[in-house]
Amino acid sequence: MSMNAYVTLSAVLFSIGAIGVLTRRNAIVAFMSVEMMLNAANLAFVAFAKVNGDLTGQVVAFFVMVVAAAEVVVGLAIIMTIFRSRHSASIDDANLLKY
Amino acid sequence: MMLAALSSFATPNFDYVKLAPVLIVFAGAIVSVLVEAFVARTQRRSVQIVVTFLTIAIAFGAVLNNYTAKREGIEAMGAFALDGTATMLQGIILVVGVLGALLFAERRVDPAGDAFAPRASALPGSSDEQQFTEAGWLQTEVWPLFLFALGGMLLFPAATDLLTMFVALEVLSLPLYLMAGMARRRRLLSQEAALKYFILGAFSSAFFLYGAALVYGYAGSTNFGGIATALSKMTNNEGMFLLGALFVAIGLLFKVGVAPFHQWSPDVYQGAPTPLTGFMAAATKIAAFGALMRVMYVAFGGARWDWQPIVWVLAIVSMAVGTIVGVAQSDIKRMLAFSSVAHAGFLLLAVAAASKDGLSGSLFYLATYGVTTVGAFAVVSLVRDATGEASHLGAWAGLGRKSPFMAGVFALFLLAFAGIPLTSGFIGKFAVFSAAAASGATPLVIIAVIASAVAGFFYVRVIVLMFFTEATEATASVVVPSGYTRVVVGVTAALTLVLGILPQPLLDLAANASTFLR
Repeated sequence: MSMNAYVTLSAVLFSIGAIGVLTRRNAIVAFMSVEMMLNAANLAFVAFAKVNGDLTGQVVAFFVMVVAAAEVVVGLAIIMTIFRSRHSASIDDANLLKY
Repeated sequence: MMLAALSSFATPNFDYVKLAPVLIVFAGAIVSVLVEAFVARTQRRSVQIVVTFLTIAIAFGAVLNNYTAKREGIEAMGAFALDGTATMLQGIILVVGVLGALLFAERRVDPAGDAFAPRASALPGSSDEQQFTEAGWLQTEVWPLFLFALGGMLLFPAATDLLTMFVALEVLSLPLYLMAGMARRRRLLSQEAALKYFILGAFSSAFFLYGAALVYGYAGSTNFGGIATALSKMTNNEGMFLLGALFVAIGLLFKVGVAPFHQWSPDVYQGAPTPLTGFMAAATKIAAFGALMRVMYVAFGGARWDWQPIVWVLAIVSMAVGTIVGVAQSDIKRMLAFSSVAHAGFLLLAVAAASKDGLSGSLFYLATYGVTTVGAFAVVSLVRDATGEASHLGAWAGLGRKSPFMAGVFALFLLAFAGIPLTSGFIGKFAVFSAAAASGATPLVIIAVIASAVAGFFYVRVIVLMFFTEATEATASVVVPSGYTRVVVGVTAALTLVLGILPQPLLDLAANASTFLR
């Protein structure tokens, strides 16, 4: 079976994630979009591992899951503190730093 | 079946001596976490300081040991390359790390404590926060976070596999995101900086990872040597490789702070606690630039003709944005952020050169730039008024009349950034520019020289502001720091001068170190 479908799906997921980060204003949604981009990369890694016939891609996917979990911990902590001090998780509301 | 699978399993080969600097710092970070858990609050800070400095000292010893024994080789199943460049960058990062740790330890500058919030979890302006401040609590968790970030930075330029590089990237970034949000003063700004740094950082590392996936799909290996071999053999699927290489480079260029991927840097530089800004600005740039050069030279070296024009364009954009937008800044930390964008552009000249001279020039440049940057931010942390740090340029007017010594030291750092002869910045720029010129990038060098001249204007503007304006009520004053910051200011100023007058030993070191293993 052709792996093209999987790679195409991963590219679509990655693009949706990237557009999500750039357009959504809620920090949590933007962050979810980033996670989607990471998972798109995972899908691509696993599909390419099948194409290439070795396990590297699958091992990479495991590492990425762990790293993504660590990133969630840090990211949600930061978003939580911002939400508690401003009562808003909107990226547009965080606008004190500018020229 | 099961037995056959087991017997074909090759045990990975680790040479722990070569990995020692990285492992020691991570071990120190874990000890530091345990200290958080088991040592009484009153003694925690002093124990953490001892653990941190001891760790850095032992790790530096391990780097020196690797250097004197000339240990080289690719370890851990092709994931970690110890070569001249890696050893030298590790040494530089540890020196910058010691200077950064000294700034972290400073407690006399702010009457309420160190530069970090007493409890990062307490709401800004709440009565909880006030209580914690009055009780003199300190967020000592910054020390383990600092050590984890430092360990990631040591691993980053030595990683010779896209997966290792990704993990190192995250290990160095995640603690920095957290620490950026922990400033004691102006906490809303600090938290906002952390949010922006985090979202944009995670976004760029997702690009890095997807790029790594595409490169893996093309080359069938995440190993740099394997990618280079595939690149020399294969001719199909070039598009996928180029897109992947571009994405990988975007992830790294973000960390280096090259325009147009620099948007985070002014906000984070301004909002983050100043000791962290100094450490991060210097050490992240050194580590990420080392990683960028390794990827470009070793893994993607075969596709040089494809990426060189892009590097040219990025170098020009970076120098232009850094100098032109930098002139318009009214905040000293933002100004230094744009200065770092311009410096990233100058450093890209070395990548564009893609030669041994370019590599050794950029090693020297990174060492001197890192030291000067930590020194500059150390001085910034001392210039204060009643509300905390006076980073607005208006408060710096007349500072030279009020405290000529500190203003003089800061002027020295600015001259080094500008690349005036007899400072280390001049030699660094000269080494990088001449390497680029030798490789035929003359137009780029001409643009770089013009950009340095324009950049010189905005550094000199600050010097004029400090020394040729009368001190007024609004002029901030320089706080007398404890020994920690004094050592940092003294050492960085001395190195900036000495490396400008007697650069040869370090230049020789960089020239001998400039090798990449594949």
